[in-house]
Amino acid sequence: MRHRAEIVVTLKSGVLDIQGKAVFQSLQQLGYGELEDVRVGKVVHLLLDAPTPEKARELARGMCEDLLVNGLIEEYRISLEAAER
Amino acid sequence: MNVSVVVFPGSNCDQDAVRALASFSGRPVAQVWHGDPALPAATDLVILPGGFSYGDYLRTGAMAARSPIMEAVRRHAYEGGLVLGICNGFQILTEARLLPGTLLPNKTLTFVCKPCTLRVERTDTPFTGAFRPNQVVQFPIAHHEGLFYLPEKELDELEQRGQVVFRYASPEGSVAPEASPNGSLRNIAGIVNERGNVLGLMPHPERASDPVLGERDGLLVWQSVAGWIEGGH
Amino acid sequence: MDFRTVGLTENEYKTILRELGRTPNETELRLFGVMWSEHCSYKSTRPLLRLFPIEGRAVVQGPGENAGVVDLGEGFGLAFKVESHNHPSAVEPYQGAATGVGGIIRDILAMGARPVASMDGLFFGDPELRKTKVLRQGIVAGIGGYGNAVGVPTVGGKTVYDEAYTENPLVNAFCAGVVRLEDIVRSDTAQPGRLVVLLGAKTGRDGIAGAAFASVELAEDTSASRPQVQIGDPFAEKILIECCLELLEKRLIDSMQDMGAAGIISSSSEIAAKSGVGMTLDLDRVPLREKGMTPWEIALSESQERMLLIVNPDRMEQVLQVAAKWTLDCTVFGETTGDGRFVMKAGGTAVVDLPPAFIGGNAPIIHWLSREPRDLEKRQRLEVEELSPPKDLGAVLRSLLKDPNLGSKTWISEQYDSMVQTNTVIGPGGPVSLLRVLRGDRSPVFIAFSMEADPWKCHTDPRGGGAETVARTLRSLSVCGAEPLGWTNCLNFPSPQDPEVFWEMRECVQGMADAARGLSCPVVSGNVSLYNETPQKKILPTPLVVTAGLLSDLDGFLPWSRWREGDHLFLAGMPNTALGASRYLLRTFGLLQGKILPFDAGAEQDFTARARRTAKERAARSARSLAGGGLAVALAKEAMESGIGARLDVQIPTRPDVFLFGEGGPRALYAVPPASLPLFRSIWRGSPLTELGVATGNILDVKRGFSLSLAELRDSWRR
Repeated sequence: MRHRAEIVVTLKSGVLDIQGKAVFQSLQQLGYGELEDVRVGKVVHLLLDAPTPEKARELARGMCEDLLVNGLIEEYRISLEAAER
Repeated sequence: MNVSVVVFPGSNCDQDAVRALASFSGRPVAQVWHGDPALPAATDLVILPGGFSYGDYLRTGAMAARSPIMEAVRRHAYEGGLVLGICNGFQILTEARLLPGTLLPNKTLTFVCKPCTLRVERTDTPFTGAFRPNQVVQFPIAHHEGLFYLPEKELDELEQRGQVVFRYASPEGSVAPEASPNGSLRNIAGIVNERGNVLGLMPHPERASDPVLGERDGLLVWQSVAGWIEGGH
Repeated sequence: MDFRTVGLTENEYKTILRELGRTPNETELRLFGVMWSEHCSYKSTRPLLRLFPIEGRAVVQGPGENAGVVDLGEGFGLAFKVESHNHPSAVEPYQGAATGVGGIIRDILAMGARPVASMDGLFFGDPELRKTKVLRQGIVAGIGGYGNAVGVPTVGGKTVYDEAYTENPLVNAFCAGVVRLEDIVRSDTAQPGRLVVLLGAKTGRDGIAGAAFASVELAEDTSASRPQVQIGDPFAEKILIECCLELLEKRLIDSMQDMGAAGIISSSSEIAAKSGVGMTLDLDRVPLREKGMTPWEIALSESQERMLLIVNPDRMEQVLQVAAKWTLDCTVFGETTGDGRFVMKAGGTAVVDLPPAFIGGNAPIIHWLSREPRDLEKRQRLEVEELSPPKDLGAVLRSLLKDPNLGSKTWISEQYDSMVQTNTVIGPGGPVSLLRVLRGDRSPVFIAFSMEADPWKCHTDPRGGGAETVARTLRSLSVCGAEPLGWTNCLNFPSPQDPEVFWEMRECVQGMADAARGLSCPVVSGNVSLYNETPQKKILPTPLVVTAGLLSDLDGFLPWSRWREGDHLFLAGMPNTALGASRYLLRTFGLLQGKILPFDAGAEQDFTARARRTAKERAARSARSLAGGGLAVALAKEAMESGIGARLDVQIPTRPDVFLFGEGGPRALYAVPPASLPLFRSIWRGSPLTELGVATGNILDVKRGFSLSLAELRDSWRR
């Protein structure tokens, strides 16, 4: 079965987010006074083959632990859906 | 001394390191492909060079740290061999957890290439025996992600264990934050592991090893290593 | 499909019909549309480029290949070229600049050379405008993002600001590489019975018809142009460089061509035409990144980081092994034949069948009308007496130092790795960049690069401006002690369909040729970029020149910014020069006017010979050839960087502002230690030489001129 996993990787709270700070300042300069905070992360999409959604999630988690996420400074969230052929 | 330089896809400074060490030691320097399973026998020093391994994609050093050769590098370190990570090499060592911490984007959010002064914090490591305590030296930097980061508590522990070897400094030797080109916490430019045989630093000693190009302080690193090895360690 | 849809003129279409003896099909028509566009065919400028001198003692390879090559001795050569990537950078600044860097690097690689240095000529609009800041930020980031990752040091460059470039920024990317002369790769060596191989990235729709895009003025709304910009992957390029150099080192390939403008069709037909062989290609075998690509899309795609290889079947197995080690796609998709036909197949049938030489080389030359600009006389008129001399010359100098064209560019160059490969002796920021070149186990040599452009002089006086641009590079090289070997150039102009623009272009080229002939320095490569304009604005005539000079060792190198207390300061060269199209005139009076001093071959030859002697015999400590801002700016830069002031007391032969800020002609500022005075004077005997004063203290004091402290100077100059 084909699955599409969407992994959202973000910096742990407390870690310096210089990019977020720079984006925050730029948006403020563009006039968005309502803005309180910006944090910049990344999204990884995986298209993978697994017999069940649980197995797909387990595989995705393994990939996060093995490579996709730096556990010292990042955390992640996995969303899963079935993908058509 | 027998030196091996690991070459990852995208490494840029491998040949620079090879030439600097070959010129210094007068011996051929082995070049080891990242896909190889083993280091050459009798390797004293392994260098992970600077550059953009895997284009710095995903996270700098992340994919290189998972290369087949890293198993052999890990074993070499475990057995007390010397490992030196320069710039991207330092990033690879932190991703491989051979050194603590991580390197975040520079506070300027730009790539920065310029000469840089450092203060030597420890002269009792295999890499710094030829320096004087608190000596101010000049190695160039060239990186986009050089901001060394550890959470506050771990940073204190790192300092207490004396693992900081180089700090960004002013030419007069002050390590105030203004002296740091990239915002590195505590002005940290280079650290060792607890055992002291694995060193990672962002500045490039191999770019400061040739009088024709201007700087020579990098030679002190090779002299230190040579002295350590000759001393029978 | 109508020929006009693909951008062909009626004359061009008729030529095609005549040569083929039949109507071209749609795929063939599209190929002609791109291959016969200005960018690919140089149809407007081929006759002009023949004005350039191309022969010289050091020339190994002149124009016509991917790059020119000059001889460095001991069997080594330096391949170099500069190329524009203007239109893509206007639309998508980061990727436009990045792929410009990537493209020129591949041109150097295609000669079999290892790329060792990059430089960039950038032309931006008014720096106060937000639009300029956005473009500049993207372009600078793109150059760094690509150049740093690919491991080629960026050792110098030139950044120019003028409102003429606001809608049309220019990005001219230069690269140099080192090659053993016996290993130079040429495109005329393919034999029949060889395999045609694609190495590198998969092919997608990047830059479809980008070459044609470069030949059209930018439309009002550039967001509609976006899909045509290529995306660069410097990691893929680094891998490609190492793989190709390994293939060459192991002598596994017969020929190589990089895939730039018009990708597969351009590279493959060029080899077929130059080698005099036929070629049959199967487009079905090209590895694709996108689904449903038509034959013409595959043929014209400008997907980056791909090379075309010509391989002897005996060697193919080994080639595949090397490619596999570097994890690069490597696919045979055609062969060379003896039948003299260029055939492309798709779905089993031939979709293209053309004579190879006809595809690329034979677009009929277009003879645009040429007419002297109606306002030329007005542009050239300058009555200096009508300009009231400024009361505060010090304020004028400070204003000039604040001019973004003259001010410090360190904040840009520090974003580039200038040191990777550990051969950069002097990086960005000075009159020349200096690189060490290793020659195997022979002694190394040193190459100095000078990059120059002066669009303002080319506007008021195209012929004089063209000559001055070339001459400036030759003066800078001679002053530092280097022997000029050859130069490359990029001609950036608006539409040649405007007769006044065409006239300006021809005059610039003629002027450049005059200077090159006068100083015996040949062109080895170059590039033309036309149609740099929008409905609102045309760019100024902008030839950019990069010249390479040779030094056999550093003993004969004469640096700048080395003043020491007590050095005597001299101006070598004529004391009287012109204010025409000078930075001073523009900055202080807002005027872009005035002719410049005509090129004087005798004076230039005399000057460069003495300058080189001065360096060789070490008769001076510090030297700087004069350029933008004239003598005053040269004094200021030497003083600031040396950290020492000067006391000057000169009988100014003309108006003080003309003397201090005039530009043009061969002139240099020398600092001579007292012990070397007799030698220095003897070298310059018989040539104009003005003693200015002495280096001392920390004030730059020019009697009857101005007096400024080093701190005040630095305050104006640094960003």
